[in-house]
Amino acid sequence: MVVKPLTGNYAAAYAAKLSRVKVVAAYPITPQTTIVEKLAQFIEDGEMDAKMIRVESEHSALAAAYGAASGGVRAFTATSSQGLLYMHEMVWWVAGSRIPLVMAIVTRTLGPPWNIWTDHSDIMDQRDSGWLIMMAEHNQEVLDETIKMFKITEDPRVFLPGIVGLDAFILSHTTEPVDIPDQELVDTFLPPRRQPYVFKPGDSLLMGNVPRNLKENMRMREDIHNSLEAAKKVIEEVDEEWGKLTGRRYGGLIECYRCEDASHFIVGMGAWVGDMREAVDSLRTNGIKVGLIKVRYVRPFPREDILKWVVNAKSVIVFDRSVSAGSAGPLFLDVAAHLMAAGIRVPVKNILAGITGLDVTYEDIADAVLKSVAEVEETGKFSRFIEWYYGR
Amino acid sequence: MSNGMIEIRFHGRGGQGAVTAANILVYAAYKAGLWGQAFPFFGAERRGAPVMAFARISKRRIRVRSMIRHPDIVVVLDPALPKLVNVLDGLKQGGVIVINSPSKPEFGEGYRVYYVNASKIALDLNLVLAGWPLVNTAILGALARPLGFEIGVIEEAIKDYLGGGRGEVNAKAARRAYEEVKVLE
Repeated sequence: MVVKPLTGNYAAAYAAKLSRVKVVAAYPITPQTTIVEKLAQFIEDGEMDAKMIRVESEHSALAAAYGAASGGVRAFTATSSQGLLYMHEMVWWVAGSRIPLVMAIVTRTLGPPWNIWTDHSDIMDQRDSGWLIMMAEHNQEVLDETIKMFKITEDPRVFLPGIVGLDAFILSHTTEPVDIPDQELVDTFLPPRRQPYVFKPGDSLLMGNVPRNLKENMRMREDIHNSLEAAKKVIEEVDEEWGKLTGRRYGGLIECYRCEDASHFIVGMGAWVGDMREAVDSLRTNGIKVGLIKVRYVRPFPREDILKWVVNAKSVIVFDRSVSAGSAGPLFLDVAAHLMAAGIRVPVKNILAGITGLDVTYEDIADAVLKSVAEVEETGKFSRFIEWYYGR
Repeated sequence: MSNGMIEIRFHGRGGQGAVTAANILVYAAYKAGLWGQAFPFFGAERRGAPVMAFARISKRRIRVRSMIRHPDIVVVLDPALPKLVNVLDGLKQGGVIVINSPSKPEFGEGYRVYYVNASKIALDLNLVLAGWPLVNTAILGALARPLGFEIGVIEEAIKDYLGGGRGEVNAKAARRAYEEVKVLE
């Protein structure tokens, strides 16, 4: 174990190296590029026994990683924004093929106009594809969860690919101390590679042909859904196991901050959860009983975990850093739908902020929450369910 | 200093190593038993154009990720920059300025100013890249004063970050700046 100041991107690269990834395929795009640059350097310096496949596009990057993983090795790729959209067709293909592999997404907004700053439009655009999707709050979590993601995705109860998301610049290019575990520890933690089938030369296997039986085809989709549901338990088990080895437990699909006696709940995901913690502390100092639910995994969606906390809440305020234009923020839509389906009647509101990379301070968050709480305390409801928040 | 946290903004020119200086400071903070966070200004950078980098230092793990708007300290790597950009923007009253300057700089009342001829130190030690003196490590030596860091911590951080002979000579630059820096109250 050694503590070293690392950027979020380097934390992802160290994690891929420690997980003994054998094939990396990627195409450069800001702000992801330094992940693959670092991996290329590891390979060049002989510190990592892997092949780097240089490709002409993100679509090919994931296709190559998928090919390698189908052949029986751990594979890794990383991308952002427009690159991820270009890759999108393969994103579905890999999940549908039930091939575990891990991808880092450095979240960056989508154009036009060209903009390199963070929001969650790109990663949330993948949420129906069947991948496990998590967002990290800090660089340590990037490293830890990337290693854990190999174990989770290669569990026979799951057998699906997984995404580790980290916010552009505010994690990807921010340096902070990170505990890098020893290779021996990671080797003990990660079992040999497991996957549902392996493509081998001379051992023919036909995949992806036009189906004769559409019921079977539909069952394949249901099976992906069921495996994501089953992944919830695996995520928790792996979190606990990693916690025993390193002392770092994150709480599975969500992490709750000052929730025990809270009457109002904030829900958020990604690096700005750190600022939300600061906002909760500041609101608590002013006597507002606020708790914070940090969504770590957005797929599978932590329905049970969230409902358990908010069942008796006075209000729920969901922060989204992206929007499903014409409806609402995607995190809000999940929370609101599952509240309703479970028969929980609690005022719920969506705050859309930080979209296109607009800087959000903890004072902004505290301000938006304070006003919302004041309204619900006075009237018992929110007069509008969506607020576009541009700062104080 | 809010919540026991010090916020620092570095002003330099693209290629001068402001981001590297902020990163090395995180190494130094960690060696001093503190938590550190460093990040660049999030935008396209061009060689020679004015750029910024940021750092936070705290006794506790730092959770905030937003931009630094009201720094406690500004560090200026190029003496000509104050003519081009408002390096005092948002600087707290009674805040600290650490500047590479051959002569006594003028910033008016209300600031504590540390100045050192970091360009001369870099040139003396032959720390030059593409014709430019590399002043980022020297300025860290000067910054150790207002931070109350032992210079040994900065030297060690520089050696760790840069490694080898490069680390040694840059650490030397930091120590010289630490010894030569002057303060105006």
